[in-house]
Amino acid sequence: MSLLRVDQLTGGYNGHVVIDGCSMQVDPGEVVVIMGGSGSGKSTFLKHLIGLKPPMSGSVELNSEDLYSGSMNDRYRRLSHIGVAFQMGALVSSLSIFDNVALPLRETTDLPEDVIEVMVRLKLEFVELLDKQDLLPSELSGGMLKRAAVARALARDPKLVFMDEPSAGLDPVVASALDDLILKIKDALGVSVVVVTHELESAFKIASRIVVLDRGFIIFDGSVDAIRASDNPRIQALINRTAEPMAFDAEEHYRRIMGLPEG
Amino acid sequence: MIFGPLRSAVDFVGLVSLNLRDTLFYVIAGRAYGQPVRLTAVSQQVLLSGLQAIPIVILLCGIVGVMLAIQGMQTLSIFGAEQFINVGLAVSIPKEFSPLIVGIVVAGRSGSQITSRVGSMGLNGELDGLTVMGIAPHRFVDVPTLLGLLVSVPILVVIGDFAALGLAGLYASTALGMSFHAFMDQLIELISLADYLLGISKGVVFGVLIGGIALAFGRSVAGGADDLGRKTTSSVVVCIATIIAVDALYSILGQL
Repeated sequence: MSLLRVDQLTGGYNGHVVIDGCSMQVDPGEVVVIMGGSGSGKSTFLKHLIGLKPPMSGSVELNSEDLYSGSMNDRYRRLSHIGVAFQMGALVSSLSIFDNVALPLRETTDLPEDVIEVMVRLKLEFVELLDKQDLLPSELSGGMLKRAAVARALARDPKLVFMDEPSAGLDPVVASALDDLILKIKDALGVSVVVVTHELESAFKIASRIVVLDRGFIIFDGSVDAIRASDNPRIQALINRTAEPMAFDAEEHYRRIMGLPEG
Repeated sequence: MIFGPLRSAVDFVGLVSLNLRDTLFYVIAGRAYGQPVRLTAVSQQVLLSGLQAIPIVILLCGIVGVMLAIQGMQTLSIFGAEQFINVGLAVSIPKEFSPLIVGIVVAGRSGSQITSRVGSMGLNGELDGLTVMGIAPHRFVDVPTLLGLLVSVPILVVIGDFAALGLAGLYASTALGMSFHAFMDQLIELISLADYLLGISKGVVFGVLIGGIALAFGRSVAGGADDLGRKTTSSVVVCIATIIAVDALYSILGQL
């Protein structure tokens, strides 16, 4: 049974389509990397997957339940079975790291406080932040902040975790350590992970499967070996980091520079 | 030209109403939907908006009480009736001045704090973070804030009554050459229960209005620090203006 199934999802902002007819699924024990260049629609796609943005059409199923059907409270219940680590952490700035990790347990379960304390310490130990538990998010470095966000995402032992740009803004050593942490989550905890990133090196290291988004469409869904062997020019451009040559229209260029209306 | 601001005002009133409706929903049915309201969070808000405001409420209500006594006695002295100052104090302080001063103090302190906190939570993605954890932001942020104000503002009104009446009584009794105890006994006897309860009920209404307005401004922050500053200022201004308008409405309706 798939943990996540996306069927013909179309979405965007204010009627403007950013994601067009995308379908994919995530099975247990997989690390699925969603890749794409800037403006490919990765962030919008992720918002649809994690319950922050109802799609224009199509469906998102978490554990065989339609995420967006029913009331907002039904959606909260379904979302309590997944974990999400945001790019900037999105930790509650007024709470310590310990309280941030404890937050989903305190607010969505009836577990006694002593059990919660043990569970939080386990997660903080897992991401090697136990000695930083009393600090505020603002007192952590970028890498630590991302690991704290991972600990909070894992707090309720979900089967599926989403991570938004885990390596962004980190030096190569810290980024590599985060990649190792993602593999550890998969191997040691048996958790499926969906990673949204544009870091090629990281994607090739951690992915069981790669999904490539381009201009709102999924243009590739397959293994690391398959993407390397792909002869699709847009995928090759992404892998080889070559910019797409742009057609130069002198008249259009002049109009843009002079601020004239489009012809 | 007038329709733009009018539409914004109507939209804003709608937003405040929706927030209040959702808050009421989580207070009544939150537990049934796995979104229970935590008493710890409510008590923290009572501490923040209530207990920590006690010194400034005592100070300001006390000063206003003394000012009322001075001005009232000066006016009454024209008719040689200074001894009737207790009648004016007994009517105006519990019913009018104490709730108004408390409302303005809480709007300034808590209104700005609530808007800036919720606004920066939105900008930092913390509200989205709560949503994806299955925690309703309304339940986690709005409900404790509103319940906290609902409890703390009426208590502050009672404290404001004591401070204003006490200090006004101290000045007036000294000026009239009476004993403080005797003056206060007369003053307390003159306070009607209806006026006293009306003042406390204003505290309840002001608490809900400050919470609703400040939360709605916080939720509407978008774009960055500039908008956060603008919305925080607007929140305080709108809270104070609304409190004065509602207080005036109480007075007008009281005449009918």
